[in-house]
Amino acid sequence: MYTQALDIPQQSADKGPRVVENPAYQVEFDTKIDAGGYIEAKDWMPEAYRKTLIRQISQHAHSEIVGMLPEGNWITRAPTLKRKAILLAKVQDEGGHGLYLYAAAETLGVSRDELLEALHTGKAKYSSIFNYPTLTWADIGVIGWLVDGAAIMNQIPLCKCSYGPYARAMVRICKEESFHQRQGYDLLLQMMKGTEEQREMVQDAVNRWWWPSIMMFGPHDKDSVHSGQSARWGIKRISNDDLRQKFVDATVEQAKVLGVTMPDPELKWNAERGHHDFGAIDWDEFWNVVNGHGQGNVDRLAARVKAWDDGAWVREAALEHERKRAAREHQAA
Amino acid sequence: MTQQTPNPAHIEYVTRIGDNALILGQRMSEWCGHAPVLEEDMALANMSLDLIGQARMLLTRAGQLEGKGRDEDQLAFLRTEMHYRNLTLCELPNADFGRTMVRNFLFASFQVLLWERLLASSDTELAAIAAKSLKEARYHAQHAGDWVVRLGDGTAESHERTQAALDYLWPYTAEFFAANPTDEAIAAAGIGPAWSELEAAWEAAVVPVLNEATLTVPARTPFKSYGKFGRHSEHLGHLLSEMQYLQRTYPGAQW
Ligand SMILES: [Fe+2]
Ligand SMILES: [Fe+2]
Ligand SMILES: [Fe+2]
Repeated sequence: MYTQALDIPQQSADKGPRVVENPAYQVEFDTKIDAGGYIEAKDWMPEAYRKTLIRQISQHAHSEIVGMLPEGNWITRAPTLKRKAILLAKVQDEGGHGLYLYAAAETLGVSRDELLEALHTGKAKYSSIFNYPTLTWADIGVIGWLVDGAAIMNQIPLCKCSYGPYARAMVRICKEESFHQRQGYDLLLQMMKGTEEQREMVQDAVNRWWWPSIMMFGPHDKDSVHSGQSARWGIKRISNDDLRQKFVDATVEQAKVLGVTMPDPELKWNAERGHHDFGAIDWDEFWNVVNGHGQGNVDRLAARVKAWDDGAWVREAALEHERKRAAREHQAA
Repeated sequence: MTQQTPNPAHIEYVTRIGDNALILGQRMSEWCGHAPVLEEDMALANMSLDLIGQARMLLTRAGQLEGKGRDEDQLAFLRTEMHYRNLTLCELPNADFGRTMVRNFLFASFQVLLWERLLASSDTELAAIAAKSLKEARYHAQHAGDWVVRLGDGTAESHERTQAALDYLWPYTAEFFAANPTDEAIAAAGIGPAWSELEAAWEAAVVPVLNEATLTVPARTPFKSYGKFGRHSEHLGHLLSEMQYLQRTYPGAQW
């Protein structure tokens, strides 16, 4: 995954089961949520809950499949056959995450095609981390370590979120993401044991990915639009800033072992707080990328749209073949 | 294991089969993130992984037989075009999904027959690789064959594209069955089948599927390709430039 804990408002399709707002059902729903129980697809749910989930799950699904592109950029150039196989398997996993998540969203009464349409027309968002370019092989390691690492921090709480199908998808996904993180870190360890040029590549990649990674936790709690309601619904259990702090604390130690430095002169241990302090995040950059002005936004979306458009004849052929086959079967019967 | 005098034909033969898997695996990995539906992204990545896995075992075996200490990566990343021994068919660009599926079908159907025969290879390591790879090849042939039928017997456009793909690829399949003295030595040593023995079985496997797909099987022409003898198309050089970039740029670095 790669949720960025940023629930970006978008127009959502007004389809799916009609929900009658019913005070008695509402009480039952609230009771279940408060008891930490799961809401299942067949259960009554408030319309706003359903829409919020569709938005969040589909943004997450889109992030998985757009996220295949920056790493896919290095599959054909992987330096060894073993690394090529690891990277291919990883990118394949991300596609699988996309599948589970689209399936989870579909339980809420939208179709995958509708969700993809929203992605392709720019109505739906995906995690803006994937709008940054992958410039060297070290980026593959750093994405595993920092980007999958941040994703895991964001997602572990979702394994216990109130919507059953989403929570179950997240359990599977989180297991694979932590494997990705270890593989990314291992790739970097190997490079850091190597030549001066390899170490330089790793440090350069860390310099480029560090800030975008900690931005993945989304705006500060005080600026976060949806967090209050989502916390009430058990869709978001830990605040953006708490998750970000946890990530920074864990990562700083790993950076030491690796022998790289983070591009933040203010990053240091604060004994009083029992946490690391870090410098101010450049939120202008964050919002620029979210709003479509990052280096990769146009190209990433264009690549997804091209894949979809180029594949139109294939999807049509599959449907037409199925129609012909059914007609023949009908005739034979 | 006692090191016997390397048999050049044996090395050459294992290298060929390994290069087929590597080069087609590399081509298939180019699809990742760009397929017509997410399920096919997954399937193509999966098949690419299978082929790269086969290539790793086979090139490792070729390196052992050669006895010069070259491992899978030295063979994959530090050989030039003329030392590659893959079938030309494997190195051709993917083009559209139709051509990719027709190629996979033609090649995987061939691989199935080869692996079946190699189960009885006098090279027991090769036989073990065959046992593992046969299941994969059967799945690849099934998957691609299903698509060939859907696309061939789909819409007018898909039929036209698939027929064009078959017309383009078919001449390269003659190379599957071409033999040189290496192949005679291999058959004589019981390492693998003579190619000519596979041809009828291959046609019997592919033609019914092509018929079901309402495609016209092209006639054989005088066209010949020679990738497995080390004379490739222009496409291989570009594929290798990309694939070998890091190993060539940073000689000796460990990754
Ligand atoms: Fe994810
Ligand atoms: Fe993922
Ligand atoms: Fe991942």
